[in-house]
Amino acid sequence: MSDDIEPEDSAPRSGEDDAPESEQAPGDVLLEDEDLARAEIEAAAERAADAKAIGLEAGFGERFIAAITGTSVVVTLLAFLSALVIGAFIIAFSEDAVRETLSYFFAQPGDAFRAAGDAVFSAYRALLQGSVGGTTQLSETFVTATPLILTGLAVAVPLRAGLFNIGAEGQFVAGGMLAGLIGFSLTGLPMAVHLPLALAAGLVAGGLYGWIPGILKARTGAHEVISTIMLNNIALLVSGYLISTTLFRRPDRTDPISRSVEESARFPRLIPWEPGLRVNTSLLVAIALAILIFWLVERSTRGFELNAVGLNASAATAAGMNPGRSLVLAMSVGGALAGAGGAAVILGLQYRLTIGFSAGIGFSGITVALLGRGRIGGTVAAGVLIGALQVGGRNMQAQTGTSLELALVIQALIIVFIAAPGLVRAIFRIKADDLATGQVAKGWGA
Amino acid sequence: MSQNTLAPAAQRRRERRFGLFSLLVLAVMLGVFASSTRGAQATFILNDARGQLFELPDLILPVVPTVIVLSALVAGIAARQFTRGFGSRAVVIVGVVALLFVIAFLTWAAAGGQLSVVGLLRGSLARATPIAFGAMAGVLCERAGVINIAIEGQFLAGAFTAAVVSSIAGNPWVGLFGGISAGVLVAFMLAGLSIKFQADQIVVGVVLIVFATGVTSFLNTQVLSGNPQLNSPTRFASIAVPVLSEIPLIGPVLFRQSLLVFGMIAAVIVLQYGLFQTRWGLRLRSVGEPPKAADTVGIHVLATRYKAVLLGGVLAGIGGSWWTLDAVGQFSREMTGGRGFIALAAMLVGRYSPVGAFGAALIFGFSDQLATSLQLLRVPVPSDLLLTAPYLVTIVVVAGLIGRLRVPAADGKPYVKQ
Repeated sequence: MSDDIEPEDSAPRSGEDDAPESEQAPGDVLLEDEDLARAEIEAAAERAADAKAIGLEAGFGERFIAAITGTSVVVTLLAFLSALVIGAFIIAFSEDAVRETLSYFFAQPGDAFRAAGDAVFSAYRALLQGSVGGTTQLSETFVTATPLILTGLAVAVPLRAGLFNIGAEGQFVAGGMLAGLIGFSLTGLPMAVHLPLALAAGLVAGGLYGWIPGILKARTGAHEVISTIMLNNIALLVSGYLISTTLFRRPDRTDPISRSVEESARFPRLIPWEPGLRVNTSLLVAIALAILIFWLVERSTRGFELNAVGLNASAATAAGMNPGRSLVLAMSVGGALAGAGGAAVILGLQYRLTIGFSAGIGFSGITVALLGRGRIGGTVAAGVLIGALQVGGRNMQAQTGTSLELALVIQALIIVFIAAPGLVRAIFRIKADDLATGQVAKGWGA
Repeated sequence: MSQNTLAPAAQRRRERRFGLFSLLVLAVMLGVFASSTRGAQATFILNDARGQLFELPDLILPVVPTVIVLSALVAGIAARQFTRGFGSRAVVIVGVVALLFVIAFLTWAAAGGQLSVVGLLRGSLARATPIAFGAMAGVLCERAGVINIAIEGQFLAGAFTAAVVSSIAGNPWVGLFGGISAGVLVAFMLAGLSIKFQADQIVVGVVLIVFATGVTSFLNTQVLSGNPQLNSPTRFASIAVPVLSEIPLIGPVLFRQSLLVFGMIAAVIVLQYGLFQTRWGLRLRSVGEPPKAADTVGIHVLATRYKAVLLGGVLAGIGGSWWTLDAVGQFSREMTGGRGFIALAAMLVGRYSPVGAFGAALIFGFSDQLATSLQLLRVPVPSDLLLTAPYLVTIVVVAGLIGRLRVPAADGKPYVKQ
């Protein structure tokens, strides 16, 4: 099944080894400055190696970016589709009605198929209705999507610099905690001052919490995955402790629940005359931040350096860039975005801090960023999609009794298929070359 | 080994850093522990309630004098760290300082109350068991060049399957087999995706954690909550080794444990010997260093990696079974509570060796058990903050503040035969 992909995988690899020499032999370089010449050769090698070749040999960042951004839209769609299909099987086999029909499967197989079909159809219909079936549902989808967009970007930006930020959860907690603290401990401020201040507190706290693994990576080489995992756990434990202290806890309660954020620090609702619609201005903040990040990553000089470091750190160094600075910048910006996500949830939705208020939103950011293939626009779209999936999952649980966790399973399956494009290729027997340009385009163009 | 190769200047800097650490410890000991107003005496119970050959007297320590003596020892160490230094034993000395600190802390915590030393140590060893199993799984995978972040996922899958299989079969051994199968299944997905499809190993690991969390939580609410008979596993009974378990203090701690604890200790010994003294271990380690050399001399790199990851799955599956077949006896959602990450941490702190990982697992198991014991003593130390200790230690170790961590050279890099 998978044997047919191996030749394609190994073919471009040998090409990559030869390419730099044949295209630009060292003798052709007539620059006097040797460092410049080396940079030139490195850059040429970089251009010569296509995305698939990078995917096989080279450092973590290079392979990773190639694996994520080099995947075509087709793979992303097929990954989503495959995940839904496997999810359907899981629904079918976990449904009691279906399992009962299995006991006489060989006598009347039709019953089993009908029961399974019913279970899957009604579950997915509830999923769809719950996410886009009306204005309330749409509002909920965007409410859920807002922090997901931000944590998704928090993973996507470091991804571009070749870093895998698993720490969005911890950064989200840090941002939410400080934003909440500013939100309820300062009183009597006008909203024009209080809300921006609380939001800025979230950005700063998240940014600092992202800066730690960044500086550790740049200075000591500590792997960001390990340090962010540890920082996540530390953030969850410390926040649990802090919420139960007098600094945060509501004076009239003994259980760990914080005071409520002042009205002046709450994000106003977008449609205040409809009480059921919780969608609020934090969505606009998320979109504004996404546009800002798009400019930073895709258009600015710093962003160019960041991408260069992610694609080939040694080439970037040879070209006079400072990879350490880019790593720290990427992690700090990522952390700030996750912190903004925490602020959006606390100031726009929950208004108070409880233990475990992050509820895995930071981890979902990983799915969002991978589904968005590390691009800014793609991540925003993926945030809305995953938000819809989660909101729909709640409706599915309420209507058909299929547990909410199915949304988590589907999410995981989506990333499995996206992270291993070879798997999708093997399942759908697509040749690697077709995927590079997109099957449809190739059929028309060539 | 690594400390001998340090330049003298770097050696000096490191000694000074350790000295600062000792001073910090000293400040806490004198500032917090010695000024305790919670009671003049600390009582440590050395006997097990279930009896032993002969009873030991309770250890009763005066709090303030004990802390002051311990502080004096730390002060002496700090003085030497700043002047002559300890040379190649510097890291060991840091451990001694930490140990003195822990003793002072316990004395302070038990002031005016009673602390069962047997319970503390016994619980530490029990809680270290899954961590050590998971860490050994990590050691096997990473020595062979495959990063295994998914230990947490293997734990969850193992715990869930062990619970269900043991409930159906009514036999913990069959349940253990189920747990092992689940661990191997996750390992197989890790191996397949990262070795065959060459997906990024760290991404795959994270994905498998999300996947295992999702599937077990889903099946838990969907199936187990409606069928409680599927979630009442038969557990392994505690075993008392004849004679040896009667030795006071040591007996109850080491020889009155459950089967999985003995299994863990056996696994540590076998794996340590196997990895570093046998041909199998040499081959396994050679495919984790740049594997081209191993390939050149005829070792099948990919097959060796597959076997290592699957064997790791066996160990992680046993580790996961510990929750449902030993400690708790019922599966609940996300019950492993991030211990898989602590296992990962133990592997790093133990520097990719089974014995080192076991040692680290003991430390983490101790901090885990201590958090529980202290809640009983009503000590004004939030257990949440105490539980951050393993994570902080890991960051310090990974950042190389104690010494460089030597990672297997080909860790995380897929291999393609040319």
